[in-house]
Amino acid sequence: MADRPETDTRSFMQRWLPHPLLTLVLIALWMLLLNSFSAGGLVMGTLLGVVIPIITSNFWPERPPVKAYGKAVSYMALVAWDVVVANVQVARLILFRRADQLNVRWVTVPLELRSPEAITVLAGTITMTPGTVSCDLSADGRSLLVHCLDAPDAEEAVRQMKERYESRLKEIFP
Amino acid sequence: MTFLLELLIAVLIVLGGIFALIGSIGLVKRPDLLTRLHGPTKATTLGVGGALAASMLFFFGIEGTLSIHEVLISVFLFLTAPISAHFIAKAHLHEHVELRADLPPTGREHGWSTFDGLPESHDGEQTEQAPRG
Repeated sequence: MADRPETDTRSFMQRWLPHPLLTLVLIALWMLLLNSFSAGGLVMGTLLGVVIPIITSNFWPERPPVKAYGKAVSYMALVAWDVVVANVQVARLILFRRADQLNVRWVTVPLELRSPEAITVLAGTITMTPGTVSCDLSADGRSLLVHCLDAPDAEEAVRQMKERYESRLKEIFP
Repeated sequence: MTFLLELLIAVLIVLGGIFALIGSIGLVKRPDLLTRLHGPTKATTLGVGGALAASMLFFFGIEGTLSIHEVLISVFLFLTAPISAHFIAKAHLHEHVELRADLPPTGREHGWSTFDGLPESHDGEQTEQAPRG
């Protein structure tokens, strides 16, 4: 900010509230950390919620392209449920399957998502859900390398990931 | 009523403990790092989740105070577990370059980013790939 005092064409909002949603999240986070409500805590939280986005806005100049917040919430619910299912499945594989009976393999998931945020969310989701860990991204950011613990059919596994998560993420991050 | 609540809390703690144990068994029993990674990233989430749910229920139902720290712990867990798993996997690939031969093709003209950079001849693609492309 200091090195361009004259050419600063940003609006008041862009300058002092670059990420309104992040501000709200930080305030909520601070109140949750305090675990009790107090006026002083709210003031401190608001201060942090305003100052941190301003300081970090150079690293993160634009707002995340989330369009459908309702769909984002239902996506989170879906993932939370899948995590529970994933736990039971992986627990069963660990307990009842010998290591040499597993169909361990790598699969390549071609990505239709383009925004870095969407790809990050997809990779995180894949890691948290049944028997898959996302390990690498192709150099041009168009394919995801996924390690499967037990995938008898690679194409079926890819299709499932794309259908269940990527298609939903495409609606959230258009 | 209190008994039922205590029962529910106990069940959650025991379930959480069982899942954490299974995750750790997976960590010990599997032959190589990449299959080991599957246990801790998933089974442990439910292990910690069970304990956290039990803690919330205990404070809300028995102590009568609302405790929301646990929500934060699970949020941070959800944010950090995939990222650390990703870094461990990448570090593993860096350390065992011979694994490169096992990797499937990317289906694109560029390789996996752990091993390949973006070729400089693709200027058009590069501008597209600039942050927020």
